[in-house]
Amino acid sequence: MEFPKDLRYTKDHEWMRSEGEEVVFGITDYAQDQLGDIVYVELPEVGAALTQGEAFGSVEAVKAVADLLSPVSGEVVASNEAVNDDPSVVNRSPYGDGWMVRVKGVNASEMDDLMDAAAYGTFIEESGGEAE
Amino acid sequence: MSGETHPVPADSAACRGSVGLIFDRSQPGHRGFELPGLDVPVSELSELLPASLLRQDPPRLPEVTEPEVVRHYIGLSLLNHHVDRDLYPLGSCTMKYNPKINEDIARVPGLGGIHPDAPREAVQGMLALMWQFERDLAAVLDMDAVSLHPAAGAQGEMLGMKLFRAYHDHHGNRKRTILIPDSAHGTNPASVAMVGYQPVQVASGDDGRIDSEKLLGMIDEETAGIMITNPSTLGLFEPEIGRVAERMHAVDGLVYMDGANLNAFMGLASVGAMGVDAIHVNLHKTFSTPHGGGGPGAGPVGVDKKLEPFLPTPRVVKDGDGFRMTCEAPHTIGRMHPYYGNVGVIVRAMVYLRTLGAEGVRAVARAAMVNANYLKHKVDPIFPVAKPGPCMHEFVSSLAWTRQHGVKNIDVAKRLLDYGFHAPTVSFPLIVPDAFMIEPTETETSGSLDRFAGALARIANEVREHPEVVASAPHATRVGRLDEAGAARRLKIRYEKPEDAGADGR
Amino acid sequence: MLAEAGIGRFEELLEQIPEPLRLKGLPDLPPSQSEAEIRRTFGVLAGRNYDPQKTVSFLGAGVYDHAIPSAVDHLALRSEFYTAYTPYQAEVAQGTLAAIFEFQTMTCELTGLDAANASMYDGASAAAEALLLARGATRASRILISPCVNPRIREVVQMYHAHGDVLIESLPEDEGRVDLAALRAALATADPPIAAVLVQQPNFFGLVEPLDEIGAIVSDGEGRRPHLVVSADPISLGILGPPASWGAETVVGDLQPLGIPAQFGGPSAGYFATRRAHIRRMPGRIAAETTDGEGRRGFTLTLQTREQHIRREKATSNICTNSALVALRATIHLSLLGPRGLRQVAEQCLHRAHYALQRLTAIPQVTRRYPGPFFREFVIVLPCPAAPVIERLYAEHGILGGVPLSRFVAERENELLVAVTEQRTSEDIDRLAECLGRVLGEDA
Repeated sequence: MEFPKDLRYTKDHEWMRSEGEEVVFGITDYAQDQLGDIVYVELPEVGAALTQGEAFGSVEAVKAVADLLSPVSGEVVASNEAVNDDPSVVNRSPYGDGWMVRVKGVNASEMDDLMDAAAYGTFIEESGGEAE
Repeated sequence: MSGETHPVPADSAACRGSVGLIFDRSQPGHRGFELPGLDVPVSELSELLPASLLRQDPPRLPEVTEPEVVRHYIGLSLLNHHVDRDLYPLGSCTMKYNPKINEDIARVPGLGGIHPDAPREAVQGMLALMWQFERDLAAVLDMDAVSLHPAAGAQGEMLGMKLFRAYHDHHGNRKRTILIPDSAHGTNPASVAMVGYQPVQVASGDDGRIDSEKLLGMIDEETAGIMITNPSTLGLFEPEIGRVAERMHAVDGLVYMDGANLNAFMGLASVGAMGVDAIHVNLHKTFSTPHGGGGPGAGPVGVDKKLEPFLPTPRVVKDGDGFRMTCEAPHTIGRMHPYYGNVGVIVRAMVYLRTLGAEGVRAVARAAMVNANYLKHKVDPIFPVAKPGPCMHEFVSSLAWTRQHGVKNIDVAKRLLDYGFHAPTVSFPLIVPDAFMIEPTETETSGSLDRFAGALARIANEVREHPEVVASAPHATRVGRLDEAGAARRLKIRYEKPEDAGADGR
Repeated sequence: MLAEAGIGRFEELLEQIPEPLRLKGLPDLPPSQSEAEIRRTFGVLAGRNYDPQKTVSFLGAGVYDHAIPSAVDHLALRSEFYTAYTPYQAEVAQGTLAAIFEFQTMTCELTGLDAANASMYDGASAAAEALLLARGATRASRILISPCVNPRIREVVQMYHAHGDVLIESLPEDEGRVDLAALRAALATADPPIAAVLVQQPNFFGLVEPLDEIGAIVSDGEGRRPHLVVSADPISLGILGPPASWGAETVVGDLQPLGIPAQFGGPSAGYFATRRAHIRRMPGRIAAETTDGEGRRGFTLTLQTREQHIRREKATSNICTNSALVALRATIHLSLLGPRGLRQVAEQCLHRAHYALQRLTAIPQVTRRYPGPFFREFVIVLPCPAAPVIERLYAEHGILGGVPLSRFVAERENELLVAVTEQRTSEDIDRLAECLGRVLGEDA
């Protein structure tokens, strides 16, 4: 299971990458593995305001559905519509083509709440999951 | 191991093939039913209805002869497992035998063909039947009054929650939450949410029952009530229910019981004595009415007298020597069913109750418990039972050990289909890992249960020696394991003629 | 068996139930009856009802006496259909699932919409759930209901929408149909915003509503477009245009007219069709086509994540058990009729109802209540209260002449709702006119 070192992670199994003034996020390899085959992703509209910790969409698998909780506050610049043309891309490439939302106007201090790759791996082990 | 197990067909490929649709048999000009000619004057359609509202094109319904319709649906029927063929050990579904006398009586024209708006004098038989059934059900439950309105268990739950709201509003109580154990069926929190209360989950104890100390600690002034299943979805009786009810009543909260598992103690225990204020009963479970591939059922609700004033209307009342329907009830919550409830289902349930009689009702629960404990004893060495000790009418086993062979509980479930059985409930309740929830019901013989346990034993051996056979099951069904992810992605939910597909989009 | 299970006596199992909770004695029920006794007991009860095989019925108001082809019973009564469980293990439930897929297809064809579910309990709860969908999709909480919707549907809607500060308003009536000017005015201001407008077709009085004009008004309204929800009789859709053509967002209705016996009002089934864009808000089960590992066509339940067993309190609805067997009957019925048969049934109802109105209004002092096009039912006004007249018609002549509107609105005591299906021959109709005339003290 992969947890790229250049990303930050949340307890809700989302990852985040900084790209200058903007951030990009999606769900982690662990999340897609737990959910199984993903069939649909509900994403926010461009311009929507996100609040840290609140639901902004959902990821739907065959037998489970999970809310997507925002890692930071900000305004949506882009949603990855390609994800719904072929939802399996989230399973195959959760950190690459399976990205979900691009956001601007982020408060830098909110990013301090996020874990690094090592801490995230430990978090999974401690909550009874298997990070392998 | 006594009893005979079903052999798996050697050449399972012979049974395989795509499933046909009625539209595949459609041929222009064919028709399956003729009407007599018109013997009244005919006007031009345009004189009777505005042209702008008429259909331009006929609906693309299939055009099929009667023999073709019959062949198609007989063919479809042969693809179904059904309880008249063999066991459905589904936990909390109570898939007992559906007696045929129920069907005969329900279809007597003088009972099955009666219009709900016929004058009172013309329907005294129906009114008498419904009035009596309410009392029969109240007697079985040991409750004060019954509503026959709810069309299903979930609608019964909704009714219960609405009665709670009506009670609290009437008494000026400010209530917000309903406590629900984490082992509850999904309809419970869904029904709570539908009436604007907030469901609050209560964790079960280590023994699979409600943790009464924790639960008692969670009751506060805002608690409207609790929704509890007894026996729990692990098949275990909740001995603390009286104490919980007492504490709930102390804050003027109310107790709702999900009666899906009534088969465990019907005629043996008193729901009223448990302190329950409202309980729904599933006629299509406990009272042998047919499951029909998913319905119709009925979910009548029994209540304590404190909730009786709020029951939905219309209700049957005595009127001199006869009966009538009344809507006169100053505190009624209103109408839940467009008429009086699923009376056709109620007739079947009443025939069942009359067939059983008082002694028979109790015998059902006894036999259900004996069968469940017998089967549990046979299954435990194969797939360990989650909680030790005697169970009531169902039990839960964990299939976790199969994972080390690369097999999951759903694979074992699919392999059971090859042996001619329907699988038990899979992966529920959520608090047992890799669960199988098994309820044999009282209408199975020891021979039938031996065969089922025998099949489980054979499959357990296959898991150890040929796991790939189990992991890729089923093999003896018309179609193999179906692509559910693909189904959800493509969402093809209606037929398209091959030449129309693509033109109409997905 | 107990011995094998290592249990000495049954009383050991009974110990699971604390003594104070045990039932004292047997429940108060009569002793067990054999089949012969059951037949006698219930035969007596049936004898206290009218005999449907000997009584000509003009009763409607939501339950109609349409012909049921004999093949429907023979097929739907097969054990394989009626003793089957919900199709959660798809590979052994292809019969049930394929039939659901066919039913969904036929529902889409009749309504003009592109997503339908496997059935609801009945047309009334289906309407209530369509309005829940509209509230969720529009985020508004104001509902406008046509005054010509069956009052019972309205009451069930009120039951389902009693919480969450929902405003349910009845639109004014104009000669037995929705007042279009009032509808236009309400939609022009739309303050507070409107989630949905509910209309019945044909309406409770049997009249055909101008869905083309209603649809235009609803789509012209201010602000976010409310959902036009139409409760449509399925037989009428054989001759009337699909409501989606005029902008209906969701179409629901009751399946009783399609092969379902009256059963004193239940069980029936509701159909539910909506636009594909709303599919994830749709309640109830949905069957989808798919393939197995070798490419064979099969069917499975899909989008179960909307449902209560997965979504729990966030589910689109709490519905679990629905009305699968009733929907199966309707599917078989529609397969036997086909498009021409369905149209023929509809046309026969139309012509027979018009003939009946003509004969009945020829009775002195009996008048037609509403002008306007009608389909299978109509309201007539008698010179005296209708309920006693109906009772006399039944007691003295063995005819069920219609449903007095006083059952719904006390003030309408002289009004009678008369339904005429394809089963009512000209002799039946002539006899009704003759007997009604006699009861009213006049010669027809």
